[in-house]
Amino acid sequence: MIEFKLPSLGADMDEAMLVAWLVAPGDIVERGQVIAEVETDKGIIEIECWEEGYVDELLLEPSPTKLSVGTPIALLRSIDDSAPARRAGAHDGAIIDAADPVEATDETEAIGTDGEDEALAAPRISPPIRHLAHELGVDISRLEPTGDRGEITRDDVRSASVPMSAPNERPRATPRARQVAMERGIDLLAVTPSRRDGLIVEEDLPAASEKPADATVELPINERDRGQAMRGAIARSMERSKREIPHYYLGTQIDLAAMMSWIEEANDDRSLTKRILPAALLLRAVALALREVPDFNGHWIDGAFRPSQDIHLGVAVSLRTGGLVAPAIVNADRLDLDEMMVSLTDLVARARSGRLRSSEMSDATITVTSLGDRGVDIVFPIIVPPQVAMVGFGRIAQRPVVVDESVVVHTVVDASLTADHRVTDGHRGGLFLLAIDRLLQEPDKL
Amino acid sequence: MTTDEAKEIIFDVLSNIAPEVSPDEVEHDVDLSEQLDLDSMDYLNWLIGISEVTGVEIPQRDASHFLTIDGAASYLLR
Repeated sequence: MIEFKLPSLGADMDEAMLVAWLVAPGDIVERGQVIAEVETDKGIIEIECWEEGYVDELLLEPSPTKLSVGTPIALLRSIDDSAPARRAGAHDGAIIDAADPVEATDETEAIGTDGEDEALAAPRISPPIRHLAHELGVDISRLEPTGDRGEITRDDVRSASVPMSAPNERPRATPRARQVAMERGIDLLAVTPSRRDGLIVEEDLPAASEKPADATVELPINERDRGQAMRGAIARSMERSKREIPHYYLGTQIDLAAMMSWIEEANDDRSLTKRILPAALLLRAVALALREVPDFNGHWIDGAFRPSQDIHLGVAVSLRTGGLVAPAIVNADRLDLDEMMVSLTDLVARARSGRLRSSEMSDATITVTSLGDRGVDIVFPIIVPPQVAMVGFGRIAQRPVVVDESVVVHTVVDASLTADHRVTDGHRGGLFLLAIDRLLQEPDKL
Repeated sequence: MTTDEAKEIIFDVLSNIAPEVSPDEVEHDVDLSEQLDLDSMDYLNWLIGISEVTGVEIPQRDASHFLTIDGAASYLLR
């Protein structure tokens, strides 16, 4: 029996209210599946389960009681308690009926339910690839592994994600339907359009609002209280940061002429939904630079720096009603530019509508803030503990620069780095910023 | 489509992106992003929404028509 506990929701978040269960006893849960929703100071967070098994018992009902991180909320029974044959049968039925839209559209892929069934160890896949699959909404249990040792490779995941409608893609819906869905908390990806052109209209929604379990509770927090609570969470985190972390600050101007003309050319052929924004290239450059200078990627825990093998980029997203959240793009260095753009769009949209996932709230290994084409020229970030660095990009603007001894006008950005002096020194910080600069000069390689 | 109908669609889409904005407060001939503090992601989503509802393709070179509500409406009526 596996005790499923309320997972960490980030360093500044230690409690949450259970709002809804999305599974019921008897359901099969896959790794990465969203099984519950909790309400926090930063909005609704979808709780993912990283164990695999049957739901045996839900220990708590949704209620306005605040639960501490680590509170057991459900009991799971591991899959190997049952005969493999039964699992295969259950697999074809129960899981495919679940809310995962990938299942329904994935008819071209070979269904690879492996015969031996290594229970919790199957299928063979490394954690980074598993994260990628999760990020792209690919169901790994249906992949045909092509790795030398029978493991699922990155290409397996990628190729499975391409032909079907990507789950991160916005479903086509009328604005009215979109609004109603948002108000009622309906996932449009789970809605079947009645119109032949696939556009979701309002009439399609009510039937789709039925969730696997309908145990929902009235949201106890109103917008104004949430604003105050979020302010409180930011205050705690920033106070801790300024109290504990000896910050140092560096900045450099990066010429974006090459990047901007590359974007313009690339976007010329692209439809609106495939268009690339500068932020996607900036994030990609940061992720790749971290591979070269890894000592900015990780956490300071119990008096020591714990570097992270994986690169999960926290992205500061300001909310229109005030406040901000910094959820993570998981395994950002393993996403190509298009995947990065899809992830970013999806993350910002969910951050603003308050539908982030637990892993996104807790996993960031460094944070990036980008002011885009508006705002001020330079930002001096404050590190989000227990991270050890934060990268800032000010407003992308045209400025005079000297090229070959003449003054010309180029698009530039001021990049800044705030880092923890307990972990690195200014020299390393300089190398990190210069690596970002160098990568941005060759946008076609990003 | 009339100008009023075009603007209704434009505001309808905008209400998904900036739900706190009341249409009465918006100046139709002033840069929309600046006025409402839309970032590049909001703006792109606004264009995507308009394109989805109207079926009008908006190539990048025409994005400059969509700086204001008036500009967007007259583009849709072309």
